[in-house]
Amino acid sequence: MTTPRVERPGLYYPKLPATWWLRRPNYVRFMIREVTSVFIAAFLVVLLCQIRQVGQGPEAYAAVMARLASPGWVLFHVVALAFAIYHSITWFNLTGVVQVVRIGDRQLPPALIAGGAFAAWGVVSLVILLFFLRG
Amino acid sequence: MPDETITLEVTRYRPGHDREPRSQSFTVPYRKDWVVLDALNYIKDRIDGTLSYRWSCRMGVCGSCGMMVNGVPKLTCAAFLRDFQPGPVRVEPLANFPVVRDLVISLDDFMEKLLRVKPWIIRQTEKPVAEGEHRQTPAQLEVFKQFSMCINCMLCYAACPVYAMHPGFIGPAAAALAYRYNLDSRDEGYRFREPVLNDSVGVWECTFIGECSVVCPKGVDPAAAIQRSKVAGAQDWAKSMLMPWRGRS
Amino acid sequence: MARTNEPLWWTLFSVGGVVAAFLVPVHIVIHGLAIPLGWIPVSHGRMLGLVANPLIKLYLFVLIALPLYHWAHRFRFILEDLGLHGFRTLLAVLCYGAAIVGTVATAVVLIGI
Repeated sequence: MTTPRVERPGLYYPKLPATWWLRRPNYVRFMIREVTSVFIAAFLVVLLCQIRQVGQGPEAYAAVMARLASPGWVLFHVVALAFAIYHSITWFNLTGVVQVVRIGDRQLPPALIAGGAFAAWGVVSLVILLFFLRG
Repeated sequence: MPDETITLEVTRYRPGHDREPRSQSFTVPYRKDWVVLDALNYIKDRIDGTLSYRWSCRMGVCGSCGMMVNGVPKLTCAAFLRDFQPGPVRVEPLANFPVVRDLVISLDDFMEKLLRVKPWIIRQTEKPVAEGEHRQTPAQLEVFKQFSMCINCMLCYAACPVYAMHPGFIGPAAAALAYRYNLDSRDEGYRFREPVLNDSVGVWECTFIGECSVVCPKGVDPAAAIQRSKVAGAQDWAKSMLMPWRGRS
Repeated sequence: MARTNEPLWWTLFSVGGVVAAFLVPVHIVIHGLAIPLGWIPVSHGRMLGLVANPLIKLYLFVLIALPLYHWAHRFRFILEDLGLHGFRTLLAVLCYGAAIVGTVATAVVLIGI
């Protein structure tokens, strides 16, 4: 619980407007980064529905595939993909800052850690893609 | 007044007289090598002696002259007028702090938080002088050196929307200094700082906006200190949940 | 001063964030674009065979459930940042509650196939 602050007379206490995040490009980028989580969750809910329809039989599966091929759903997934990629990029860049990796008494530079994460992301994505492409 | 001039729009606030701050325009000489602090000193010396503001070393090591320059927290001794040509330059008191008068803000909240994190070496038992000094390798120094560069200028608090919205938040500089001492090989005081950092108004309020590290004039990177403290705090929390018989370290 | 369970939610947020960062983009491409648009033909039979596999079910559970906590933690703070501070406890209950409901739903759907 955040406790209310005691205000002393004579001092002027500035208030932060609800539009504070629009005032600086860095704050806007921060909001976009946070909003990526909404699109990621939305996609995963859609994915869960897809999976459920798989279990309901071939007609149900065909119906859901036809729905997803519509322009509206394709647009949703393109937008979700953009936000998901933005999440991945910002996340891996920040991983270098958050996770300290020490070898002996030297600290690995954050750029190296981030680079490693990006490389791993590429490899994992490729492996999953190939898994679906093989037959 | 020489040919080239620049206009400053400076916040004025008189406690007891004004209900809220207002802006006053001053025209000062423009010199290529002047900083905003030089302009403020010119105003106080030649135009309006009642203007109130803090400054001291004028070289970026004391942390006294932090103000908002065109909406960005800056040390006014390091903000060159030439970067704001043709102006006008808006000079306001440091954001997110109560305004005492004109450009002077109240530091009390930060000072209290600084003391709360106990920013000094804590030992179980003090090493007797006869045993000599604490020895530290360059590698041990490297671990915390960056976080020791803080000059307590509070630009990071002015940049932090979380501090603006939740004034109880311990804030970037205090957290970074706690982290600095926790990392110091000479220090044995982690168990005193840990409850402060892991408190509900400690590091857990931070949403890693990261603007604190962007505005820091000394490259301290308080955002990194806070996130790393979250990692340590999460590990402590997990240990206390899984092994409650161990006292908090 | 108050002890807090924030570390639990932050840890779930972090793990969910890692899962989302590594796995979600490629799965959006596959399940949102490639398969529906026919770039990769996957028959119902093959799909069913995949999701019936217990290891795949475990993978899907991790893929879907964990980023829900990532969403819950970030969304809660988005709402506060947009002006809803003072509703901290209510927002936390609604957001983490939704994530828990989502976790249960995911398990129910996957087990039922």
